[in-house]
Amino acid sequence: MYAFLWRHLPGPVYVKLLVALAVAAVIVVLLFGWIFPWVEPLMPFSGNTVSQ
Amino acid sequence: MWAERTRTTIRSLGEILITLGVVLFLFCAYQLFYTNVVADEAMKSEVSDLHKQWAQPPAARSAKPAADPFDTADSQGRTGTAFAILHIPRLGDKSIPVLQGTTLDLLGRGVGHYKDSALPGQIGNFAVAGHRKTHGEPFRYLDEMRAGDLIVVETAQTWYTYREDRDPFIVEPTDLGVVAPVPNEPGVKPDQKLITLTTCNPWWASTQRMIVIGTLIAERPRAQGEPPALTVNAPKFQ
Repeated sequence: MYAFLWRHLPGPVYVKLLVALAVAAVIVVLLFGWIFPWVEPLMPFSGNTVSQ
Repeated sequence: MWAERTRTTIRSLGEILITLGVVLFLFCAYQLFYTNVVADEAMKSEVSDLHKQWAQPPAARSAKPAADPFDTADSQGRTGTAFAILHIPRLGDKSIPVLQGTTLDLLGRGVGHYKDSALPGQIGNFAVAGHRKTHGEPFRYLDEMRAGDLIVVETAQTWYTYREDRDPFIVEPTDLGVVAPVPNEPGVKPDQKLITLTTCNPWWASTQRMIVIGTLIAERPRAQGEPPALTVNAPKFQ
């Protein structure tokens, strides 16, 4: 999978590396900013209130 | 040919599993570190905003709109608004802002006041919920509190000092009785001034709730400075 992606990245090696790092950074931002906060309430870590 | 394809499939499967592992690792980093960093920043800014607001002359404060029964000199009463600061010497000298409402998005910026419960210093039960784990974890070591420990609530005009009545205890998550005006006697008219702290128990599982209750023992005008509970050396856990 990663070999396939690497082959399809454009340009010389250092451009490929930069693009790959940028994509990874965007994915991490998406995870921390949106996906993890969405998943979090589904986890049993934060039941702090009493309720019915 | 067949062997080649099998090898590619297995390799891809391995890469997907490694990727999932990395994502799970990142999720742990998010829960254990990132949410605490974000929440600590948010709490600090809520506290400094409150101090700025309280430093204004009372006239400027009361000029703001007032609408629901929670609107007092101490608060603007709207959900999500910080209106008090909690100090628990036993848990360290952190200042924990108290916000109106107990939804999860609010608990990342402080501890939450059960909207139907009394305000600090009033007759009834001032009930507050906070995170045990993640998001600043203000009540992380709540189990270390002991009967007799002091809990100080700072508001616009007053320092309220409560004393813990008994060691922390465990209830079911549905036990609404603990936040009733008279704990465990819903509907009974209160005559005491109580505080109740609720958080999850055990760490990471939240199958129960840990409760701390206390009774008001002293009030002190803000102008007179911090109450003895904060200035005299108290037994500290951290």
